Amino acid sequence: MREALEGSLAIARAVALCKPDVVAAYPITPQTHIVENLSRLVAEGEMHTEFVSVESEFSAASVVLGAAAAGARAYTATASQGVLLMAEVLFNIAGLRIPLVMTVANRAVSAPLSIWNDHGDSMAVRDSGWIQLHCVDNQEAVDTTIQAFRIAQETELPVMVCMDGFVLTHTMEIIDMPSQEEVAGWLPPFDFARKLDPTDPKSFGMLVTPEYFAEIRHAHHAAMTRALPVIDQIDRDWAALTGRSSGGLLEVEGDPAAEVGILAMGSTVGTLRAGMAAHAEAAGPARIIKLRAFRPFPAEALREAVKGLKHLIVIDRAISPGLGGIVGTEVAAVLADMADRPRIHNHAIGLGGRDIPETIYADLMAAIRDPDAPAFSVFDVDLEKLAPEDR
Amino acid sequence: MTDETRLSELRAKFGRVPPAPDEPSPKPLTLREKQPRFEGLVSGHRACQGCGEALAARLVMESAGPDVMVANATGCLEVFTTPWPQSAWHVPWIHSLFENAPAVASGMEAAMKAQGKKTKVLAFGGDGGTYDIGFQALSGMLERYHNILYVCYDNEAYMNTGIQRSSSTPHAASTTTSPAGKDRMGKRHLKKDLLSIIAAHHVPYAASASVAFPADLQRKVRYAMGIEGPTFIVVHSPCPLGWKHASALTIEVARRAVECGLFPLVELERGSLSNVMPIRSPRPVRDYLEVQGRFAHLMKDKDPRAEKERDHLQALADYNIATFGLAGAAQDANDTGGAAAVGRGGPLVGGM
Repeated sequence: MREALEGSLAIARAVALCKPDVVAAYPITPQTHIVENLSRLVAEGEMHTEFVSVESEFSAASVVLGAAAAGARAYTATASQGVLLMAEVLFNIAGLRIPLVMTVANRAVSAPLSIWNDHGDSMAVRDSGWIQLHCVDNQEAVDTTIQAFRIAQETELPVMVCMDGFVLTHTMEIIDMPSQEEVAGWLPPFDFARKLDPTDPKSFGMLVTPEYFAEIRHAHHAAMTRALPVIDQIDRDWAALTGRSSGGLLEVEGDPAAEVGILAMGSTVGTLRAGMAAHAEAAGPARIIKLRAFRPFPAEALREAVKGLKHLIVIDRAISPGLGGIVGTEVAAVLADMADRPRIHNHAIGLGGRDIPETIYADLMAAIRDPDAPAFSVFDVDLEKLAPEDR
Repeated sequence: MTDETRLSELRAKFGRVPPAPDEPSPKPLTLREKQPRFEGLVSGHRACQGCGEALAARLVMESAGPDVMVANATGCLEVFTTPWPQSAWHVPWIHSLFENAPAVASGMEAAMKAQGKKTKVLAFGGDGGTYDIGFQALSGMLERYHNILYVCYDNEAYMNTGIQRSSSTPHAASTTTSPAGKDRMGKRHLKKDLLSIIAAHHVPYAASASVAFPADLQRKVRYAMGIEGPTFIVVHSPCPLGWKHASALTIEVARRAVECGLFPLVELERGSLSNVMPIRSPRPVRDYLEVQGRFAHLMKDKDPRAEKERDHLQALADYNIATFGLAGAAQDANDTGGAAAVGRGGPLVGGM
């Protein structure tokens, strides 16, 4: 049913449709509306779940870890400092290969303190071994959340659904909300084969000596690689049911004949779409590459997507100080062995919630004509605001 | 009369017929098969000789029975029981991290509730994981009233990493991060009174126990198992390596800790003292200190600082004896003090 919903409420409803047995969360802006709405659904008897309101994000992640290990479908949500406080647990969840779903309402990481959107938080746990999927709009966030529960079950890996804080979480959008029947028929019951069970006792999280550690890491990497086609197939299955795809691993839009490509994740893609529609005539056409799966990284699909491009603009919503862009660096690495790879222009844009206007499209297209442009820049930095020694 | 003849006579008298020579004798039971109780933690693990924690955990698992699952904090217990691919656990067991066993257990308990199962969740941690790094998660678990029995195996320092001081390390004990030296007499601070903090959560049941008193420990575990809600037991578990005593002396050292009053065995219900183990004739603290290398610097009779610290520790023991009423009126040959209030060996009449 199509209705106008705030992003967070839509996510709460999508989670409720998946009927998690256990939800644990700790409040942090801009994730709060999600857990408030879940709490309300529980309080009104519209959702039957053990809602564990914990004393920290560290415990939120630990509770869902324990719940899923004990055979429960489990969900949590957080952002920013919460992701970082959880970091140790997130690596542990992935290393134990526990299937559960977490929404990250992407927000910048302090200091300086900022409650606004960028991808610094989920990037900080890039190597935790979680699947990370990014959503362009709230419809995708709803669809991806439901898909995430199935991906987690089929891959026995945890899934992080990343949606831009405020830009998506606090924005009203017309959402086609699936029905309970649709979800119930599509999402199989949670049945974790390795669950803690007194009738078949197993030990989890044992001490592993150097004789076995490398093998277990290798197996984790292999499992993440095997998840690539699973993510793609589950999106197709969802599209077969609802008519809506969230873009599989990545999606190519815009002019297929264009020589310039722009790669981005999350809501920036929506801005670029609007920017291209408004400015393509003057600034020239582009191929927009929407990267949905950041982990596992779809290297093959990306190499296919950039064929024929002369320039590839890669937008980062985070920065690795001392290196530059994170997505940009990874894209460059993945394309390094292509014979005629595009020239990569890597920019960090919209850090700490700086608004990204539609005109960014024209500005980015103009910037590729500068032969002296550095390989990486903070594109929207205003150096005038800085002391000379900081520029 | 030969032994053989005497044996035949006894068998004839008491009705036992010797087996016929060609009758195959039944396969003798192994020691393990003779065990009358369920063993959740079995032998063959890698604990040191005389490990108090290994003994305590075995006793706890025996009393808890098979329908349990365990969340175990990082520490010796986790390391010595589960060197991949071997495990000494016969119950479902999970180790996540150092500081989150209470939260992981909370999730397991929530899962059991959601699935309508009655399996009891246990959470285990050492003193580092309980008094220090996991303290916040423990408080959260108690406040949220999860149906979990948390057992802290208290060996009074970070033994797994090599005997570093924790907030549970007793005053004046020498550890690798509170070493006794020219300027210092070991740990400068007091052992944290964790049980009082636990009691301040007004949980249904909190108790201290000791490996030197296994029947008392097991009674407390059985009692806690019967309560639906958060319960907590701290078990004094000597570490021969860290306390620097002979591994054969584990029980003796633990007993002296109780008998001198430094580790009082008490039970608290809803935050109020409900029972204590009386000490008929308290021993001097010196008896406890002198058998442990971690207090060797307190035994230098010519050092006035040693005498001062000994007096300090004796005062702490005297305080415990007075505060909890461990001596005097509670003396009773059958240890029945508080029995009516506690309802030994089973749940409280009338529920929680």
